[in-house]
Amino acid sequence: MGRLSGHKVHYVDADILVIGGGFGGCGAVYESRYWGRDMKIVLVEKANIERSGAVAHGLSAINCYIGLRTNENSPEDFVRYARGDLMGLVREDLVFDIARHVDATVHKFEEWGLPIMKDEQTGRYLREGRWQIMIHGESYKPIIAEVARKSASLVYNRVMVTHLLMDKRRPDRVAGAVGFSVRDGAFYVFRAKAVIVGAGGASHIYRPRSAGEGMGRTWYAPWSSASAYGLLIPTGAKMIQMENKIVLARFKDGYGPVGAWFLLLKCYATNALGEKYEARRFAEIKALVGRYADLKPMPTCLRNHAMLEEMKAGHGPIYMHTEAVLDTPEKEKIGWEDFLDMTIGQAVVWAAQNIDPRERPSELITSEPYVMGSHATCSGAWASGPEDCAPADYRWGYNRMTTVSGLFGAGDTIGGSAHKFSSGSFTEGRLAGKSAVQYVQDLKEDLPEIDESEVQGLAAKVFRPLDTYRVGRNEIVAGTVAPTYISPLQGLLRLEKLMDEYVGGYTSYYVTNEHLLNRAVELLALLREDLESIGAEDLHQLQRAWELHHRVLTAEAVTRHTLFRQETRWPGYYYRADHPRLNDSAWHVFTASEYNARTGDWHMSKLPVHHIIS
Amino acid sequence: MPTYTDMSRCDGCGECVDICPSDIMHIDSVYRRSYNIEPHFCWECYSCVKACPQHAIDVRGYADFAPLGHKVRVVRDVEGNMVYWKIRYRDGRIKEFAFPIRTTAWGSARGAGDYERPAPQALAEPFLAHEPTALGIADLPRPRPFTPVIGAMPWGD
Repeated sequence: MGRLSGHKVHYVDADILVIGGGFGGCGAVYESRYWGRDMKIVLVEKANIERSGAVAHGLSAINCYIGLRTNENSPEDFVRYARGDLMGLVREDLVFDIARHVDATVHKFEEWGLPIMKDEQTGRYLREGRWQIMIHGESYKPIIAEVARKSASLVYNRVMVTHLLMDKRRPDRVAGAVGFSVRDGAFYVFRAKAVIVGAGGASHIYRPRSAGEGMGRTWYAPWSSASAYGLLIPTGAKMIQMENKIVLARFKDGYGPVGAWFLLLKCYATNALGEKYEARRFAEIKALVGRYADLKPMPTCLRNHAMLEEMKAGHGPIYMHTEAVLDTPEKEKIGWEDFLDMTIGQAVVWAAQNIDPRERPSELITSEPYVMGSHATCSGAWASGPEDCAPADYRWGYNRMTTVSGLFGAGDTIGGSAHKFSSGSFTEGRLAGKSAVQYVQDLKEDLPEIDESEVQGLAAKVFRPLDTYRVGRNEIVAGTVAPTYISPLQGLLRLEKLMDEYVGGYTSYYVTNEHLLNRAVELLALLREDLESIGAEDLHQLQRAWELHHRVLTAEAVTRHTLFRQETRWPGYYYRADHPRLNDSAWHVFTASEYNARTGDWHMSKLPVHHIIS
Repeated sequence: MPTYTDMSRCDGCGECVDICPSDIMHIDSVYRRSYNIEPHFCWECYSCVKACPQHAIDVRGYADFAPLGHKVRVVRDVEGNMVYWKIRYRDGRIKEFAFPIRTTAWGSARGAGDYERPAPQALAEPFLAHEPTALGIADLPRPRPFTPVIGAMPWGD
């Protein structure tokens, strides 16, 4: 163990390094170990895998379960559903691949101890909707973490990975990663033959509706800091669909889930006048997007659109009529558990505002936008597809490998495979894990090597915010205003404000245009420069500083992609006011970007959408 | 707050520091007890509340939309594998709920290395671990032959 930039250094060698211990990462560890019995499999996580990732809180449903053994659905049906919900643009090979494997994952979850609710009549899993099953999911993450810990060679908790390392001889090949311990400030250098990124998507690149201390109540976890993209983009990995932000219609303020209410409890939403507005607005939606409006169920973004138009027309609040359906104690219990398992803050809202869901309706609202690859959206890396279903131009190597050799992804990291949710993200981790074992075996003696001079440069860069603060802090008496540095929070608030105002946040009803986007590009460039002047007063703030780096780079990708796609593909997620309609003749394609970290250039292109399912 | 630590109950054990997904529960250097250093990055996920052996941590809902006077308390029992909730409204109403959290003993799930080693040639097949048995069907579904439609929605007409 040596020292770099005054910090202890730990070198860790791994056959397979998994970054991020959420569902994608835990699945990757599990499958890597299954196939790579003698391999060293290392998991690194910035928090504690017992409660980390988007499922830290718990969940009340598994949203991706096909029901193959009971002939409920086929994988083809699931592809049609996901592609319809995303307005036609998904990687059908990847979605099909998840759908044909995901049931086995869910059956293992049940075997490990996850309580899955059963339909008393049929004995099958209790369906919330066609694709969703109900669970008692308070301990969903701790159960999965137990299995991941038993499967990994080593788990490093509280180590924040800041950068990936590339092979010294082949710059298109990954060689490891660096990061630091949030607890003792040691610098970690991971040397790996293959790397699987299972890090999280992005909350907090847009200004949240909640203010002050409530700012933490975003719909997606505040610790989902865009590392899924912030780690990959600097490597030059091809990213797709970064403009495909998601906006969620949820219970107001607490962002409690609506799925069980709409699908299982058969609840309905109206405007303040008691009108079921979706049906009334059908003709205008059809005029915007044509036949996509006829899809069943109506795509998520279009349902958002109807709600937004109601609010703009002055017909708010929008109400979820819980009082109309909670007619038995059993239903009341299901309704409460839905929140207590996964969004306790919404139960706090009910208690604090004296809302008894049996007596009065609750308000719904559309959230701020998020960037993710696992929900009803599919931003992320362009990945090689499975051998037996990927079209030739979707396949250049191992399943779930990005355009960088040896760099794999799962969950929010992989683009084009929407509607994975928890079970699908774990399944994608498993697919990536098995592929990574094959990749490592095939490497034989041709092993990647890290560049020591690059590592030294990164060590200096990673810890610089501590020095910036230490020096700059001496210039002022007290407080947070300094002429030479800004705090990570000050930088984050600037990012959120500009993304909100220029790139289609909630204050503009998600509307943007070419002029606004070009201005955002200018302001983001200035913010990127100021990131060199972030001051961190301790290791916790250093974590916040690097989360901000990942968020800003992701925000720039979002802005570039939004500028590139000259249409409004997903009204209800965002609107290009200068291209207000869906344009299938020009834009039934994926948008792709490749970032050159040396020159700062973004190369944009279109990639074909192959529909392999009728 | 949203989470806060009761001064008289906390003994500074650090379980909350260890579990917090947001790294915002820290030990105060003067009082040697925990506190929430960044309420604006708290998700009210209750991980620290559930982990606290002293039941010293509670949540006061986000000040920007939650009026005072409420309580949402929880006990997570990992012996009986149940979670117990008690909700007190601002107006004093009480609601109580209990839900199962796990059907097997903690520590009983098997890691991937605990299973029989797969045959080397199986690595080249499309099956994941435990398939096809774990799928509950005879074989892995394969896509039906279909001439791809490129760049337009296959509306089926």
